[in-house]
Amino acid sequence: MTRWLQDNMPKIVLAPSFIAVMVFVYGFIGWTAWVSLTRSRLMPRYELDSFIQYERLADSPRFETAMVNLAIFGTLFIVIAMVLGLLLAILLDQKIRTEGAIRTIYLYPMALSMIVTGTAWKWILNPELGIEATVKGWGFANFEFNWLVDQDMAIYTVVLAAVWQSSGFVMALFLAGLRSVDEEIIKAAQVDGIPTWRVYSAIIIPSMAPIFLSAFIVLAHLAIKAFDLVIALTGGGPGYATDLPATYMYAMAFSRGDIGQAASSAMVMMLVVFTIVVPYLYSELRTKND
Amino acid sequence: MTDMSYAPTRTQSPTTKLVLRFILYILLGVFALFYLMPLFVMITTSLKSLDEIRTGDLVSLPREVTFDAWRTAWSGACTGIQCEGVRPYFLNSLLIAIPAVLISTIIGALNGYVVAQWKFKGANIFFALLLFGCFIPFQVVLLPMAIVLGKLGISGTIPGLIFVHVIYGLGFTTLFFRNYYVSIPSELTKAAKVDGAGFFRIFWSIFLPLSLPIIVVSVIWQFTQIWNDFLFGVSFSQAGTQPVTVALNNIVNSTTGVKEYNVDMAAAIIAALPTLLVYVVAGKYFIRGLTAGSVKG
Repeated sequence: MTRWLQDNMPKIVLAPSFIAVMVFVYGFIGWTAWVSLTRSRLMPRYELDSFIQYERLADSPRFETAMVNLAIFGTLFIVIAMVLGLLLAILLDQKIRTEGAIRTIYLYPMALSMIVTGTAWKWILNPELGIEATVKGWGFANFEFNWLVDQDMAIYTVVLAAVWQSSGFVMALFLAGLRSVDEEIIKAAQVDGIPTWRVYSAIIIPSMAPIFLSAFIVLAHLAIKAFDLVIALTGGGPGYATDLPATYMYAMAFSRGDIGQAASSAMVMMLVVFTIVVPYLYSELRTKND
Repeated sequence: MTDMSYAPTRTQSPTTKLVLRFILYILLGVFALFYLMPLFVMITTSLKSLDEIRTGDLVSLPREVTFDAWRTAWSGACTGIQCEGVRPYFLNSLLIAIPAVLISTIIGALNGYVVAQWKFKGANIFFALLLFGCFIPFQVVLLPMAIVLGKLGISGTIPGLIFVHVIYGLGFTTLFFRNYYVSIPSELTKAAKVDGAGFFRIFWSIFLPLSLPIIVVSVIWQFTQIWNDFLFGVSFSQAGTQPVTVALNNIVNSTTGVKEYNVDMAAAIIAALPTLLVYVVAGKYFIRGLTAGSVKG
């Protein structure tokens, strides 16, 4: 008996986590997928009824807004955070004496809750007493900056706050990447009189392709999951102008009592993540096993 | 691309070099201001009186420093109908985060130890399944989890939230420890086995003593994640068991009475303090967690 225990101990230790993952991750995904194919409203029902919920999603102007917002927010957030992160990393890579302190400053927003970030930016961007009022107070009476309450511009405030929060992290990733490039190659290039910007654009940056991919995956993942930031910053408003699939799902699940819509919109989110992450994970795991 | 040429190269004259250095530092300073500005505004706003906020501007220092807003935020601000400040919710967050961090780290360490050092058929598949679980949008598990928590009788309770955070934290903690233990030569385990040491004995006397750095990474990562969580907190709590992020959001969005921006800001800083403190004290490990969680697969 003890012999058997001894031999199987690794499996016994892993078993609870394995069961937990199978039930609480894959089982739950299965449940949500199933319910997304039913007519569930206030209570979950289990009789399958084709793609009725997905048709409702397709017909819902609110969900359409959410998807368009995700596309706008996701693209801008990822592109700006990457460009800014890379720029900051390169600037910091020039043997700056106070590098440690500056890095700390650039990165600290990552330690904050999105709710805190949203609260802070909501206050800064509010037109009555925030930036707009402040600049007006400096004598620019015509200054206007009311994106937060503007239907068409509010989504860009979400981009701004999200970039503020996450670009430092991208910088840290890129900085680690810059430091891992073989210094001999860089020195050789400098001895040959190749200008620094060419060293970056032709040697260093191309060699960091895997880091670009990692940063992209992390940012895309953050964008799709973005929920708390929108709740704290705009509450999805004005109207539902800044709704994202995540806030749509939450509204359907917990305030509208429409479980079918909640489940189907969650599945759409899942699908978006899937298409981005699975190829990445697959390639990662394959190279690890080789 | 022009920005990249600010770095000195061998062909530049000393004066150009100096000018470029100057521009470089100016740029770094401007960005530093961008990142610091919200924190600065939060702090100064929280120290102003409401009157001063209404008349003054965002970036000015308080004419008269007052800690009233901090007192109210801590013990008097209203989150809906209750007006006890963030204190009880701050405590809730601690009661949720501490056990959840410890449990998920311990299980993650054992899982990582198995996956890295006791490979058996299927261990890698388990790891892949677990890893993928790190990436799912949690919306996809919210509804069934609400039902299961109800069935278990822990819905809306702090143990319920601990449970949820442990389950969905396992992926990352296992990943951390697995990646750490994989670099320890497996000959060590084999030799110990030959000497008659068992599974736990090897873990306890060989692996655990080596693990301090990765334990710190895991604890910091989990603490930050759980403390900053909002989605689970708002979905699975009820009046009285809400974590501090949910309370903060309620305070900011409560519509009763005068809008007290200074109290909002003080409450936001209080909610941010623990993770900020962790970051300042152990920033190195914080960054390692971030990069380990994203770079390595």
